[in-house]
Amino acid sequence: MFTAIAKGLSITFKHMLPGHSTTVQYPTVKLKPSDRFRGLHRLVPTQDREKCVACYLCPTVCPAKCITVEAAENAKGEKYPRVYSIDLLRCIFCGYCVEACPVEALEMTAEYELANYRRADFEFTKERLLR
Amino acid sequence: MTEMLSMSNNAPLFVGMMLLKLAVVFGVTMGIVAYATWVERKVIGHMQTRLGPMRTGWHGLLQPIADGLKLFFKEDIIPTQASKVPFLLAPMMILIPALITIAVVPFGPDVTVKGFLVPLQITDLNIGVLYILAMAGLGVYGIVLAGWSSNSKYALLGGVRASAQMISYELAAGITIIAVFMLSETLSLREIVALQSGSVIDWYVFKQPLAFGLFLITGLAEINRTPFDMPEAESELVSGFCTEYSSMKYALFFMAEYANMIVIAAIAATLFLGGWSGPLPESLGVVNLLGKVFAIMFFFIWLRATLPRVRYDQLMQLGWKVLIPLALANLAVTGLVVVLQQ
Repeated sequence: MFTAIAKGLSITFKHMLPGHSTTVQYPTVKLKPSDRFRGLHRLVPTQDREKCVACYLCPTVCPAKCITVEAAENAKGEKYPRVYSIDLLRCIFCGYCVEACPVEALEMTAEYELANYRRADFEFTKERLLR
Repeated sequence: MTEMLSMSNNAPLFVGMMLLKLAVVFGVTMGIVAYATWVERKVIGHMQTRLGPMRTGWHGLLQPIADGLKLFFKEDIIPTQASKVPFLLAPMMILIPALITIAVVPFGPDVTVKGFLVPLQITDLNIGVLYILAMAGLGVYGIVLAGWSSNSKYALLGGVRASAQMISYELAAGITIIAVFMLSETLSLREIVALQSGSVIDWYVFKQPLAFGLFLITGLAEINRTPFDMPEAESELVSGFCTEYSSMKYALFFMAEYANMIVIAAIAATLFLGGWSGPLPESLGVVNLLGKVFAIMFFFIWLRATLPRVRYDQLMQLGWKVLIPLALANLAVTGLVVVLQQ
C-alpha cells in the first residue's frame, strides 16, 4: 500500500514540475485546427462572381436541410445563385455539400468561433459566405 | 534578570502587547487562509497538468480577493424548513475553535520590550495540548449542527459521518500525542519546543517517527481533508454538511477548513519538528515555524492531488483496526523505554 502511495505521490510531483502543463490559454493562444477541419463554409469566388452554378446538388445532399439556393440567369446568360444561404443553427458540419459540389465552388474553412447573440446572425447569406 | 511581562507588573503594556499579538496572529492566519486557497488550486492544477487560476491578476494572484468579494455579495439563503438559530450558529462554531487553537502555538523566542520579557505566543497554557484536543473535538459540533439544522438528508448524512469519523480518529490522535508527552513530561507547548531546541536531532520526529506519521494521518481525518473528506463527499452527498449554505456562511466553512489545516500543520510542527527552534537561528523563529507549516500544508495539498477518497467502511477499518492499535503499541513501547531509561 505504501509503495503504491509513494508511486502516486512521485507521479503527481513530476507533473507539477514546469513544462508538464497541457493547458492552452485559449482566447490569447489559439491552436491551429487540422487541414481537414470542417468549420464555417466559404463560397469560392472567381474573377467577377462566385463559382457556384446553382445546380442544387448541395441542398439536395444536405442531411440537415440547411442550405437555401435560388437560381437565376445573369446578363451573360450564365446560371448563378440569386440567393445562397446556410442556416448555421441547423448545419451539422458534415461536409457533404462540399463533396457534392461539381465545380468546387464551396469549401470549409478553419473558422470555428461561431458564437453569436441573435438568431438572425446565424443565417449566412451569399455576401457573408463569399470571402 | 528580566521579568516576564504579566497583568500584575505592567497592565497597560501587557494588554497592548496582547492585542498586538492577537492582531498579528489573526492577520497572518487569515492571510495564509486566503492564499492557501490560491496555492491549493495552483498546485493541484499543475499536478493535474493544468495551470489553475491565471486570469485574475498575475497568475491568478487576486483570485482569493475575487472569490471573497463574490461570496460576500451573493444572496444569503436560509431554507424555510431549516432550524434558524443553529443554522446561523454552525459556521461560527466551526471557525472559532479553528482560530482560537492557534493561540497556544509559540512562534518565536521571548523578546524584551521595555525591560520585560514578552513571549511570542498568545498564551502559554500549562495544559496546552489538552486544549488543542478539546478545540479539535469542539470543531465537529459545528459540522454536526450544520448538517442537522439544514433539514436536508445529504447535509444530515454529512454531519453524521463527521461525528463518526471524529470519534474514530480523535482517539488515535490523542493516544499518539501521549507518546510525545511521555518524553517531554509537560503539556505546555512552550516547554515542548524548548526541549527540542538543542539541535535538529532533538526533534521528536526522530524519537517518535511512527507517532508523527499517525498524527499526520489522524490530523487529516480530523480536519476532513482528502482522502478522508467523507462529510462533504461530492460524489455521493452533493456537498455534505454545507449543501444548504450559501454566501458568507459558506465562505466561513471554507475559511474554517483552511484554518484547521494551518492548525494541524502548526501543531505537528510544534510537537514533532521543533516548532520555531528550527534549522535557522532563533532570531528567525517565525520563519522556521512558517516554513514547517507551509511544508506540511504542501504535503496535505499534494496528498489531495494524489489520493482518491476512501470508502466509509475503509475509513472506519483504518481508524479502529490499524491506527488505534498502532498508536497503543507505540504508547506501550515508548512507556517501556522511558521506564527502562530511568
